[in-house]
Amino acid sequence: MTHTRTRLALLAAASACAVTASFAQKSATEAIEEYRAMLADGNPADLFEAKGEALWKQKRGPKNASLEACNLGKGPGVVKGAFVELPRYFPDTQRVQDLESRLVTCMATLQGFDEKKIAATPFGRDEQNNVTALATYVAAESRGMKFNLPQSHPQEKVMYEVGKRLFFMRGGSHDFACASCHGEDGKRIRLQDLPNLTKNPGAGAGFGAWPAYRVSNGQMWGMQLRLNDCYRQQRFPYPGFGSDATIALGVYLGVNGQGGTTTAPSIKR
Amino acid sequence: MDQRRILAALLIAGGIAGCSSLPGSAQLDAITAQTVKASFRDEGIAKVDRLVQDDSNRECSEAQAEGRAISAERAKAIEAANMKTVQWPSDGKYLGDWKAGEQIAQNGRGLTWTDDAKTPNGGNCYNCHQITKEEISFGTIGPSLYQYGKLRGVTNPAAPESRAIVEYTWGKIWNAKAYNACSNMPRAGYAHILDEAQVRHIVALLLDPQSPVNR
Repeated sequence: MTHTRTRLALLAAASACAVTASFAQKSATEAIEEYRAMLADGNPADLFEAKGEALWKQKRGPKNASLEACNLGKGPGVVKGAFVELPRYFPDTQRVQDLESRLVTCMATLQGFDEKKIAATPFGRDEQNNVTALATYVAAESRGMKFNLPQSHPQEKVMYEVGKRLFFMRGGSHDFACASCHGEDGKRIRLQDLPNLTKNPGAGAGFGAWPAYRVSNGQMWGMQLRLNDCYRQQRFPYPGFGSDATIALGVYLGVNGQGGTTTAPSIKR
Repeated sequence: MDQRRILAALLIAGGIAGCSSLPGSAQLDAITAQTVKASFRDEGIAKVDRLVQDDSNRECSEAQAEGRAISAERAKAIEAANMKTVQWPSDGKYLGDWKAGEQIAQNGRGLTWTDDAKTPNGGNCYNCHQITKEEISFGTIGPSLYQYGKLRGVTNPAAPESRAIVEYTWGKIWNAKAYNACSNMPRAGYAHILDEAQVRHIVALLLDPQSPVNR
C-alpha cells in the first residue's frame, strides 16, 4: 500500500507539472485528459481486485464458508460476465438487486453475516470495505465486456421505469435532479466532464466505470457510494445502502448503457 | 412499497388482466413515490422533507422524464407563482461588493448532509457558469456570464436605463424559476441558499463595471 501511495503521489506531482506547463498550448480539458491518461498507468484498483478475489475464495463468517457458491445471476459461482447483467431480478430474494446488494445477500445466506448490519455500516468501514473489494473483483472479471442487462422480468421493467422517474426527479434545496448534470451531451461541472447518462456512450461509460479508484481521496468507490455522493451533492436526504431507489437508478443507467463496454474498475481523479 | 409487494401487486393485476403488461403511468408514479419514501432518510441537515416537490419541480420532472415540455400556460402560471416569492432589496440597494460576490460564486459549500447549518452557504455559481475570465475551472451547464453587464449595456447600474437589467438580475438569482419555469438554476434567495446581502454581492459581481466580469 505504502509503495502504491508513493507512486501515486509521484504521478500526481508529475501530472500537476504537466498540467501547468501545457495550459498555454492546450485547452484545460485536454490537459485533464492527459492527467487522466497518466493516472491510468498503475491503477491501485488492482490491489482491491486481488483483495476481493481472496475474499471470494476465503472461508469467512459465522458459517465459515466461501462465496464460491454465490449466484450473481449466471448460476452459482459464475463471476465472469455477471457484472454486465446487473442489476437483475433474483427469484430467491424476489427482488431486483445490484452487484453490491447481491454480494451482501450472498454474505448473509452463505457465510451467515447479518445483512441489515452490513447495509447499515458506513461506507469505508468494516465489512463495507470487503463488499467494495468483492465488487471490484467481480467487475474486473467482466472488463471489456458489453452491458446486457436483462429486462424480461416484469419487476426489471418496473425498476427501469422507476429509475427513469428518479433520474429526472428535481428536489432538495437546490432543485437538482440527476438529469440536471447528466441529461445532456458535452456538459461539465467546474472542469469535470459529465457523461450524458440517458444514452450511450455516456451511460455505458459512466455506469461501466464503477467501482473506481479515486485519486483525490485515495479510496475505492463502488456504484452505491457513487450514487450516494451524487445525492449528497444534489442536497437530497440520504439514500439507504442497497435501497430500491439506488437499485432502480442502477437499472436505468445499466439499461441505457446497453451495448456499452465496461471499464471497471477504473481510476478517477 | 418494497419490491416484493410491487411484484405481488403485479402478479394479481396480471392475473386479472390475463397478461403481464407493465403497470400504467399513474401506477408507476405511485410506485416511484413509495420507493422514494422507503429509500431515503434524514441525515444531518438534509431531511426527507426536501423530497416534497412544488409545482415547478413536479411538473418539470414529469415532463422531462417523458421527453416533452410543459405547456406554455402551465409555465406561465409557475413563473407567476415564483415571481411572487422574489424579495426585492429591503433598502433598495441592489449592488454590493463584487469581491465578496466572487468569493460566494467560488464557494460550493452548503446544505449537504455533511455541511454545518452555521457555516455560510456558497453560491456554487462556477459549477455551472463561466464568470470571470481569470477562473478557468468553470462549468457549462448554464450560459457564460463573462461580460454579463457589458453585453447588456450596463455602464452605470444606478442609471434609470439600467433599472430593468438590475432588477432582472436580482430576481433571477433570488428565484430563477420566476423567469423560466423549468430552469436548471437553483432558487438562491427563495430556497435560503443565499441571504439578501449575498445576493447583493453576486449582483455586483455581474453588473459592477469595476468587476472583472465587465472589465
